[in-house]
Order: sequence, then structure tokens, then C-alpha cells
Amino acid sequence: MSGWHTDANQLRTVSIQKVVTETELVKTLYFRDKHCASAKPGQFIMVWIPGVDEIPLSISSINGSLVSITVKEVGEATRTLNRMREGGLIGVRGPFGTHYKVVGKSALIVGGGVGTAPLMLLTSRLAGEKVKAVVVEGAKTRSELLFVDQLVELQKNNGFKAIFTTDDGSYGTKGLVTDATEKLLSTERFDIIYACGNEAMTTRIFELAEKYGTPLQASLERFMYCAMGICGSCVIGKYRVCRDGPVFNQTQLKEVEDDLGKIKLDPKGEKVKA
Amino acid sequence: MFNAERLKVKLAELDLCNPTVLASGILGITSKSLREVARSGAGAVTTKSVGLEPRDGYANPTVIHVECGLLNALGLPNPGIHKFSEELKELGDLEVPLILSVYGYSAKEYGAVAKMGEEAGVDAVELNLSCPHVKGVGAEIGQSPEKIREIVKEVKVQVKVPVFAKLTPNVSDIADLAKAAASCGVDGITAINTVKAMAIDVETARPILSNKIGGLSGGAVKPVAVRCVYEIYKAVKVPIIGCGGVRTWKDAVEFMLAGASAVQIGSAIAFEDLAVFKSITDGICKYLERKNVKSVNEIVGMAHRR
Repeated sequence: MSGWHTDANQLRTVSIQKVVTETELVKTLYFRDKHCASAKPGQFIMVWIPGVDEIPLSISSINGSLVSITVKEVGEATRTLNRMREGGLIGVRGPFGTHYKVVGKSALIVGGGVGTAPLMLLTSRLAGEKVKAVVVEGAKTRSELLFVDQLVELQKNNGFKAIFTTDDGSYGTKGLVTDATEKLLSTERFDIIYACGNEAMTTRIFELAEKYGTPLQASLERFMYCAMGICGSCVIGKYRVCRDGPVFNQTQLKEVEDDLGKIKLDPKGEKVKA
Repeated sequence: MFNAERLKVKLAELDLCNPTVLASGILGITSKSLREVARSGAGAVTTKSVGLEPRDGYANPTVIHVECGLLNALGLPNPGIHKFSEELKELGDLEVPLILSVYGYSAKEYGAVAKMGEEAGVDAVELNLSCPHVKGVGAEIGQSPEKIREIVKEVKVQVKVPVFAKLTPNVSDIADLAKAAASCGVDGITAINTVKAMAIDVETARPILSNKIGGLSGGAVKPVAVRCVYEIYKAVKVPIIGCGGVRTWKDAVEFMLAGASAVQIGSAIAFEDLAVFKSITDGICKYLERKNVKSVNEIVGMAHRR
């Protein structure tokens, strides 16, 4: 039933408590909501930007009832959201969908850009479970890397290791996050890979997980209307990203291999390139 | 204990292995998801409403959960029948009947889309004469008995497969609409589509749906839908497919006692997921056994005979 809560599906209007600028295009917005605060890493919520849109976003941190979403400006909805200030009102419903599950004692966490957001919630949970983890985060350039300070901090406290890659080599290792991932997989053994990023990255990580025989849990993203598993706008193969996902395991990803990284539905329900 | 024969339903010329049908607008936009619904136990599946041209949905919020049901104004998003025919053609070997839901701006459009659907292999078409939230189609057409006659006539000329008319409850007398459709040879009536409704957020003082007004479905509309089916059963001879808030076997049986030969399931999937089909058919089966009824067809309209 993938974490379905009837109460949590009803819209709550909450006020923004704090806005933190992460990068030029990315902000983290904090608000209080008890349902959202019960989210597990990888679950998402629907955020209503009154008068503009309602979009799916994952939760990047939870502290008591204080919850954050980390938002990259990519269109009108995210632009409006990122211009909101403390005291601004947004609507939230959820959390929805599946979540990352703790497996074994050593994890490889791969985040691409703003895809690192739900993985931050995961890292804090893994630390609590005494799982050793290597976090690889990739971005185009230094100024687009997210949560660098937090990841470096985690490294000190919990035996975590953080690796950063930039396409232009301005910080960390020069190159793609997927190349750094392959390098790690070819030399070290991990019990599980957790991934979140754009679909090209996820597809490559899926291939690497197959190649190195390491289980994978990866989060997918699709356009969504309802988030309740009924409208069908977010389907990939036989699965609905909102309900059967957003976090899928290796077996499920294998089942939708024909569509992964290739096909998605646009708001008309027409198949377009993912 | 589970008797498959007991649940078989003949709906116009369609043979259903059980009386549950996936309602239009729910999950029916790709062949793979329709297959998944069939696999989970639906007796037939209905596609999303498709028109002649592709159409974007409204901006979100398009579906919200209110106290007693769901409120939606999706705006009939669909890829258009030309593209959608490719999905339909992939369903040639589907194990249950496939019903294409059709909308249009004119009788000609309804006819053209239905015809293309038939050519792509659908087993029946359902005319969406009842969408409450798109201007110029659906309910705006379907509130007029004359328009319904015109559309049903045109579609019956264009296709040989059974034609069902899905009616709107947002009129003073739904039986009049059913009579209009039946007088032109419609093969079945689906009742009801959603009830016009809205919700306003008190903190921001804004209507929540981007379209402001939408259609209410789920538990809240069930008594309205049961009444509509009851009235339609009295008014016409054609089979009725009941729709509106069916979530349990009891709901399904209630619709059948009111006169429905089959029931559609939509919003309940949000609450019960796809397991809802199996749980309803299992429940109906147990009920029939307990009442010592050999076939589910025997209870259709039974409340009229009491």
C-alpha cells in the first residue's frame, strides 16, 4: 500500500518558516507539518503554490515537526516558490510513495544535482542505523554542488565518506558522477546503492548495478496530476511513480527497462522522450 | 467456494467475467497500465476519455481529496485518438473487454473518434456526455436530450460495437437523458459522472482547483448515483453500468439491486489500490452464495420488485 494515509492526503496550508539559499537556483524552504514530518527518506509531497501550480517535491530534512524541501528553479512553479519569503503560505499533501530502505551495513549513495535532496534525509537515517556510507555527489560546476558543508560534516562524525565530482573540475574530481561511481564499484564492495538524479544518471547507475551485481534503490521522477495512483500520468511500464515508486528497486527497474531513460508521458498523456 | 460462473455478466454484447469495470479517467492512458488493471481483476476496462485532437490538462491542483471523496478538474488531458490508437492496438490480446471513452465538441467528432477506436480494436465505446469541467464538451452537451440523440445516432451509424452513454447527474431529471439515448439505440447507460463541486482554502481564500470548479466522486456521491440508477432502470430497458463511490462489495450489490448490470470503479483505487477489484468480486460472490442466488444477473433491479 506504499505508505498511503488518507488523512495525509488532505491539503494543509502551512506558512514558510525559513528560506535558505543553497546555490544561485536552489533554495531550501522550511515549514511545520506533522504528516510531512512522518515521511521516510525518498517519499515525496505535493506542494501547492497558490494560484500557480502544485508540484511533487521530495523532503530534504526533518527536525521534529520542522520539514524542508529543497527546490531548484526550473519553471514558473519553482521560480514562484523560490521567491516566497518567511510567512508565505503554501499547501502541502502527503507524504506519498515508497521510500529508501536500510539494507546491509555499507551503502553507496549517488546524487545528481538537486537529486541529492532526498538522499540527505537518507544519510541522516543511515548514520542512526550505523551504516557506513560513501556519498558521491555530482554537479556541473562548483557553485552548483549542494550541501557540501553538511556532507563534509557528516564525514567527520560518522565515518562517512563524501566524494564530489564536477563536470568542469572546479571542485572535487573532474568528470561525471557515474564515472566516479563505477570506479568505486570496481574496487569496493557495497551492500546497496541508493540513487537520485536525472534519468540519464539513474539509467547509467542501473546499468552499473547490473554489471557489478549490487542491489539498487533509485528514485524516479514523472509529471504528476493526482499523486494518488489514479490519474495515470506518471506511469512507467506497469508502475505508477506516485504510488509504486518513486523509489524502485533493481527488479522493478529491470521490469521497466524498455521505458527507463527513454519514454515518459507529457501532460497530455502522449509518450515523449524521457 | 469461488464460483466463476456465478459472477459472469452479459453487458450488451460484452462478456464480462465479473461485474467490475475500471471507470474512465482512471489509469487508462497507456496499454501497460490498462493491462495491469485487467490483471488485478477488473471484468472490463475503460480508457481515459479521448478526443480527436491532443489536449493538455489544467494546471495543478487538478485532483484533491475532500472530506467525503475526491474532487477533480483534470481538463480531459489526452494524446488524441490518432496517437492513442497505437496504445489500443497493443491491447488486441487483452483478456477482458476494452471500452474506449470518447468525448467531442460535436456529434461528428464523437463519431469520428469512436470509428477510429473501433478500427483500433476496442470492444465498445462509452460516450462521455458528462464531463463537468471542460467548456463545450461533456456535460454542456450532455445536459440536452436533443444533443444526446444527435450524438448517439451519429455514433451508431459509425460503429458496430456496443455504444454506452455516460450521463451527468447535474440535471433535474437524469431519466430524460437516458430515454433520449435509448430512443436512438444506445446499448447501455453509464450513470453517473461526477457531481459539480468546489472547495476553497480558507487560509489563502482561494478556490483550490486551478479550474475552480470540478467534479465530486467517491463516497459522497454514492447515494446520488444509486438514486440515478434506480430512476434510469425504471425509465429504460437497456442495461445500466452503475458508477459513483463503489468501494466495497456492498456498494456494488446496492447498485445492482437498484438496476445496474455492472459497476464502475474509480476513486476507490486511491484508497484501496488495485486490490479493490478482487475484494469486491470476492465479496459479491460470498453474498450471492449466502443468499443462494445462482447468478449475479438475478439481483439486477431486485429492489424494484420489493
